[in-house]
Amino acid sequence: MDIRLYMAQRLSAIIMIPLVFGHLGVMIYAIQGGLSASEILSRTQGSVFWFLFYGLFVIAVSVHGAIGLRTILSEFLRLNDLALDAIMWGFGLVSIFMGARAVSAVTWL
Amino acid sequence: MIKGHRNHPLWYAYALHRVSGLTLVLFLPLHFYVLSLALTQPQRLDGFLHWTEIPAVKFAEMGLVFLLSVHLLGGIRLLVLELLPWSPRQKTWAALAAGGALFVSGTFLLNAV
Amino acid sequence: MANTKDTMTVKVWRGDKHGGAYHEFAVPRQDNQTVLDVVSWLQQNRDPNLSYRFACRVGMCGSCAMMVNGTPRWTCRTHVNKVLDANTLVVAPLRNLPPIKDLVADMDPFFDKWIEAGGHHDPSASRFDAMPQIAPDDTKRAVANESIECINCAVCYAACDTVAHNENYLGPAALQRAWTLYNDEKVNDTDAVLAAVSGKGGCHNCHSQGSCSLYCPNELNPMRAIAGLKSATIKHQLKRGR
Repeated sequence: MDIRLYMAQRLSAIIMIPLVFGHLGVMIYAIQGGLSASEILSRTQGSVFWFLFYGLFVIAVSVHGAIGLRTILSEFLRLNDLALDAIMWGFGLVSIFMGARAVSAVTWL
Repeated sequence: MIKGHRNHPLWYAYALHRVSGLTLVLFLPLHFYVLSLALTQPQRLDGFLHWTEIPAVKFAEMGLVFLLSVHLLGGIRLLVLELLPWSPRQKTWAALAAGGALFVSGTFLLNAV
Repeated sequence: MANTKDTMTVKVWRGDKHGGAYHEFAVPRQDNQTVLDVVSWLQQNRDPNLSYRFACRVGMCGSCAMMVNGTPRWTCRTHVNKVLDANTLVVAPLRNLPPIKDLVADMDPFFDKWIEAGGHHDPSASRFDAMPQIAPDDTKRAVANESIECINCAVCYAACDTVAHNENYLGPAALQRAWTLYNDEKVNDTDAVLAAVSGKGGCHNCHSQGSCSLYCPNELNPMRAIAGLKSATIKHQLKRGR
């Protein structure tokens, strides 16, 4: 891993510290009394705050996870740099796309 | 315990950090897909969420919460190690990270059942 | 000969870079016996073709480093009764290095990476300049002093899983040396030191497993040195502007 990938991973990690604490808090609150679509959506629909919160989370986790995945693959498979970068970008972009759909699904109906 | 040079606390902390990260990153697309069902097929989302009432699923959720918490707390230990002045108590911080994660996931489980 | 109470099983790796296998021997146990004693006894009494390295045999030179029951150690400083597992010793050449023969590992890759990480002195002054006055309690000097006693035994290199999985990775010893250079008042270009450890095999590959610091027989702390390098390279990168 070179210094640029390293910095992107550490920066996305720092950004996610408050986001993960927040997400853990939300989960512990939300799980009480069981989960249902209407219950989740009543909290998140139309909320600019949750849109920004989870929107940022999706971008940061996609960057962080893609780089982490690349590191693990580089250490356990015999792949060249081109293949590793392709998998990293592929996974990262798919994750951002799917995450963006999920965020808009719950905040912007 | 694993024999040989790997059998020590900080190596286990590394292994746990790696396994938790890998599990979470592979879980992520599934997580995003299920949530996006709210957009296109809200009844299917409720169908999925019904599964969460099964005890085994609640334990699996607790597992995921543990992995996320331990990855977060262990990750904070690493950021402090790499960006702030050296602390010789690395094993202690690693143990606190694991303990903290058990606390958070335990709290989750108690609220889930 | 010293009193032999009973025997133990010793498995020794025999072979070369093309491959090899473990040979098994029954070795008499003695009250005070190091793994180096065991290997020497085997070579003298069982197989004169067994190849192994040692020099000082008193824990100063690091030549006798081998894998003993899965951990890298100085065999002259390893008492058999501390590591014997189910009455068995498994001895192999240092991990992460190509074997030359039997218990002798090829140290070239280790030293090549030492040089690649900048393990040579590039002075900031000549003999005609005044000597820099460095106080013993100077903080940077104190930090450098904690890491300069590396004798290049490669135990840390053998212990590191990142070295095992990443052939470019410079490894704990080489990076720790770079850290001492970075903290050395007499070094000319510390930016060059940071650049040397920021490449493909640089300090950013370290996962802080800590095996290096745990097994270093000189009780050095490469993990801490590498963390210091990470911090220094980040600060340097941010100052330069991306």
